[in-house]
Amino acid sequence: MRGIDLEVRRGEVFAFLGPNGAGKTTTVEILEGYRDRDGGEVTVLGEDPRRGARAWRERIGIVLQSCRLDPYLTVAESLSLFAGYYSRPRPVEEVIDAVGLEGKADTRTGKLSGGQQRRLDVGMALVGDPELLFLDEPTTGFDPKARRQAWEAIAALRDLGKTVFLTTHYMDEAQRLADRVAIIAGGEVVARGTPEDLGDRDAQPSRISYRRGGEEVSLETTTPARTLNELTAEALARGEELENLEVRRPSLEDVYLELTEPDAAEPQEAGPE
Amino acid sequence: MTLLLHQLRYDQKVFWRNPAAVFFTIMLPVVLLLILATIAGDKRIGKDGVEVTTYYVPAIITLSIVAATMQTLAMSLVIAREDGRLKRGRGTPMPAWVFIAGRIGNSIVVAILMLAFVSALGRVFYGVPVPWSRAPDLLIVLTAGAASFCCMGIALTALIPSQDAAAPIVNGLLLPLYFLSGVFVPDDELPSGVIDFANHFPIRPFFQAIYDAYLPGNGPALAWDHLSVVAIWGVAGLVLAIRFFRWAPRRG
Repeated sequence: MRGIDLEVRRGEVFAFLGPNGAGKTTTVEILEGYRDRDGGEVTVLGEDPRRGARAWRERIGIVLQSCRLDPYLTVAESLSLFAGYYSRPRPVEEVIDAVGLEGKADTRTGKLSGGQQRRLDVGMALVGDPELLFLDEPTTGFDPKARRQAWEAIAALRDLGKTVFLTTHYMDEAQRLADRVAIIAGGEVVARGTPEDLGDRDAQPSRISYRRGGEEVSLETTTPARTLNELTAEALARGEELENLEVRRPSLEDVYLELTEPDAAEPQEAGPE
Repeated sequence: MTLLLHQLRYDQKVFWRNPAAVFFTIMLPVVLLLILATIAGDKRIGKDGVEVTTYYVPAIITLSIVAATMQTLAMSLVIAREDGRLKRGRGTPMPAWVFIAGRIGNSIVVAILMLAFVSALGRVFYGVPVPWSRAPDLLIVLTAGAASFCCMGIALTALIPSQDAAAPIVNGLLLPLYFLSGVFVPDDELPSGVIDFANHFPIRPFFQAIYDAYLPGNGPALAWDHLSVVAIWGVAGLVLAIRFFRWAPRRG
């Protein structure tokens, strides 16, 4: 880590986005109080996480990047076990509904699917009714359906007024869930902002592409409406169609790849950590 | 205290639902008692005029207590550590001591149950009288020994790098010591050099403390000299556990 400067506001979903090995987990473990920092100042809910006492732990919930829950306890028992650690827990049934595990209360954890176990993990972080939640790569390895369900559960947390600190290496996850995003690469924050304006995305030119006479045509413009109008007017005048017409703003993914791998010509797939 | 009972209740649930834990700590000692006593045959007289079947009752009680404490704790803590559950628990307001105390309490409950269970089997199958008059001494020996072996088990987790390594390391240490300490083979059949060697390790002195408390006519019921050797091992385990115990997984 080479100096991270972050501020997360109460009640927002903050996504910490970066490729594997960028330092996401190290940062989040410093915030959670698991790890000591070499220097600098860290304040979480008004306290230094390293000195965070029991009262501080009451106010935060943690979902680790990988944790296998006890396979011999049921969903309801796992939640009751954790509820007993907090002074003002939420009712277990309410938490089961909040993470979408209705009807699974008496199922042993070992018999749940990967996505269901992860949601139970989120539920165990929620059962103490914390103000702030840390979710470290909550959907890594999920199938599309399980991801969608997990996203709904996380979006519901914001509606409950919780602050969520989320790490992820999925751009779409940050785009879908986060109010604000910071991108980390090589131990540094390389960009921050809302998903919309990240990396001056809104000021960057749009790309218009189409096919004409079997040839791909592509052009960049900062005034897409005007350029498009001219192009279509010409085409209509000639009585032609613009095949495969597409107008694209740089996606968050484009910005992300550009920021995290400035020297790489080919974008690389993020592999499992 | 409420929190400790809460933790202990769930530790008990998990223990009794885990087939491997129940097999190795409850079933296996019983099977061993039946097999060893059957091989020994009826009415064979060993040292001090004690029947060998009688000898095996305190021997298997010793094995059961070590299995319920050191073996169970080392195995289950390494599995929970590598699964990430220990780290997960540390992120909650629950104090660390409650977690450890819950596990130790769980082991002692199982150890006391096994003392009762094996004693009952000894009475029913081999006519070994249950030493009711020595019950307080037995419980003192059990508690001191169980606490010591728990500390050794927790310290041992520091030497176990992964879940796969847990069973080989734990059994690799305990099985030879059971043989050398006269738990599996009556000690009058063992060379004296072997016994002298085993006396330096905790299982032999613990076995002798249990033996003296269990069978009348072997001098005082409380063998303080043997028990103190066990306690020294326990304190060493405690010091090492405090220094080297880890909550976070070794992997990654």
